[in-house]
Amino acid sequence: MTPLIETKKLTHVYSAGTPFEHVAVEDVDFSASRGEFIGIIGHTGSGKSTFVQHLNGLLKPTSGSVLVEGEEIFSSPGRIRQVRSKVGLVFQYPEYQLFEETVRADIAYGPKNMKLDKEEIERRVLEAADFVGLEPELLDKSPFDLSGGQKRRAAIAGVIAMRPDVLILDEPTAGLDPRGREEIIYNIRRYHAAVNGTVIYITHSMEDIARFATRLVVFSKGHIALDGPPAQVFRHVEELERIGLTVPSVAKVMSILKQRGLPVEDGVYTVDRAVEVLLGLKGGVAGA
Amino acid sequence: MLKDITLGQYFPGDTVVHRLDPRTKLILTILYIVLLFIAKSYVSYGLVFLFLVICIALSRIRLKAILSGLKPLVVLILITAILNLFYTRGERLLVSFWRIRIYWEGVRTAAVMALRIMMLITGTLLLTYTTSPLQLTDGMEKLMNPLKKLHVPVHELSMMMSIALRFIPTLIEETDKIMNAQKARGAEFDTGNLIQKAKAMLPLLVPLFISAFRRADELATAMESRCYHGGEGRTKMKVLKMAGRDWIALGCGAALLVLTILLRRLGL
Ligand SMILES: Nc1ncnc2c1ncn2[C@@H]1O[C@H](COP(=O)(O)OP(=O)(O)O)[C@@H](O)[C@H]1O
Ligand SMILES: [Mg+2]
Repeated sequence: MTPLIETKKLTHVYSAGTPFEHVAVEDVDFSASRGEFIGIIGHTGSGKSTFVQHLNGLLKPTSGSVLVEGEEIFSSPGRIRQVRSKVGLVFQYPEYQLFEETVRADIAYGPKNMKLDKEEIERRVLEAADFVGLEPELLDKSPFDLSGGQKRRAAIAGVIAMRPDVLILDEPTAGLDPRGREEIIYNIRRYHAAVNGTVIYITHSMEDIARFATRLVVFSKGHIALDGPPAQVFRHVEELERIGLTVPSVAKVMSILKQRGLPVEDGVYTVDRAVEVLLGLKGGVAGA
Repeated sequence: MLKDITLGQYFPGDTVVHRLDPRTKLILTILYIVLLFIAKSYVSYGLVFLFLVICIALSRIRLKAILSGLKPLVVLILITAILNLFYTRGERLLVSFWRIRIYWEGVRTAAVMALRIMMLITGTLLLTYTTSPLQLTDGMEKLMNPLKKLHVPVHELSMMMSIALRFIPTLIEETDKIMNAQKARGAEFDTGNLIQKAKAMLPLLVPLFISAFRRADELATAMESRCYHGGEGRTKMKVLKMAGRDWIALGCGAALLVLTILLRRLGL
């Protein structure tokens, strides 16, 4: 099966040929299939945002290629339009893109650009609003009268309304309080469960993402440093710390226990699993 | 990318020209422009040109930077030259073709006008290339100080100018970001007829204005909470001071002015 989205040897250099030249992403091979929930983590400046802006063709690779469903995205001008609706990108602080008079009209902006008919647009607006947990009575308000968290959700709905196969969110919870953060995460997980698509979720907080991603991709200095299911990635506690990421405390504790010689398994990163493992260990010791 | 636009760009350096007081440079630039308009003969033009070349050499600004600064105005220069070429009447007819008549005087005026515009721009470029925006506004504030007597809000004007300069790159970056966000929602900024294009700008302009107002508001709060209350009694971190080199430079400028006027009197 061809992957839904794929990059081959993707490299991006900013301001090439000037004294400000900067290699932001280098030789990245990446692919994602339907149904995956991928967490991209990495330090600020590691190239995460630059990388994902290639996936819907907002940035052109300096070298390398991006393929959606096996086809190069820059193959023709018409192709890029198609890709923009297949690969939805929610930018960091997306509430700054709101502009319409009502929330409803703003969410409808994407579907309208796709030239859908009126009923279909209306259906998608309602569906998207429901996915992000916006009450229908908010739809006729001005987006500028919403609270911070509501604005953020309205902006995310604007992308979801295009029903993208790949939904990319660049730090969607940045600057929100814990409650707003939980709401967004809950809604995105609900969306992922409901549609058979791919979600790519950028964050620099591991604790958040480790709980629900099926796969983690760790960026460091423009390269992919680690890529795999969370349990596998969290086996590399030392490497993660060298990159400068905060490993979930449970993973850290378990890795130290292992170093001290306890026979615990690798890659434990949730409290529940750690409790299980440690209790099993205790039982084992008591039984001996 | 929008970011690549250079607007009054400053090239940091440590040459004599860089170290001159911004007031000196401002006065010399004004003087230089006046000279360009007083000069009539080849000799006086040559003199002014020599002055420019010496300044550029002293500032170590590369020719490439100056050419790239001139580039956006090539069309303007060309149009001026062409208009002068065709519409100047004179005595020595060079080309007569259909209804077009080109005179020797036309060629001369066209060349002089083109040269004059290029020299004008190069001179002002040299000022912005070697003077940081902050120094520039500082210098202007100081120079316009006497106008305070006439109740001109000199300090406020210069503060507004330095804030505007400071926020140009920020706004350009912001425009880039919002454009990309709307493109991700299927916006197209470069297709369609004029009306469609204008309409397509709305999703860009509304967020841009809102963010500009928000920034202005935040900046005002930040300034007030640090006790900003206008220019009254405000001191400077870097106090402008005229040094020996400034007086020498101004002296040279004055000498050049006198010389050009004399040459003009002599009909040279
Ligand atoms: N528009 C740009 N022009 C020049 N350099 C940029 C631009 N955007 C990002 N960069 C640089 O590229 C690097 C990667 O940035 P980014 O992709 O935003 O990282 P992240 O999202 O992981 O924080 C950073 O060093 C940043 O300074
Ligand atoms: Mg980023």
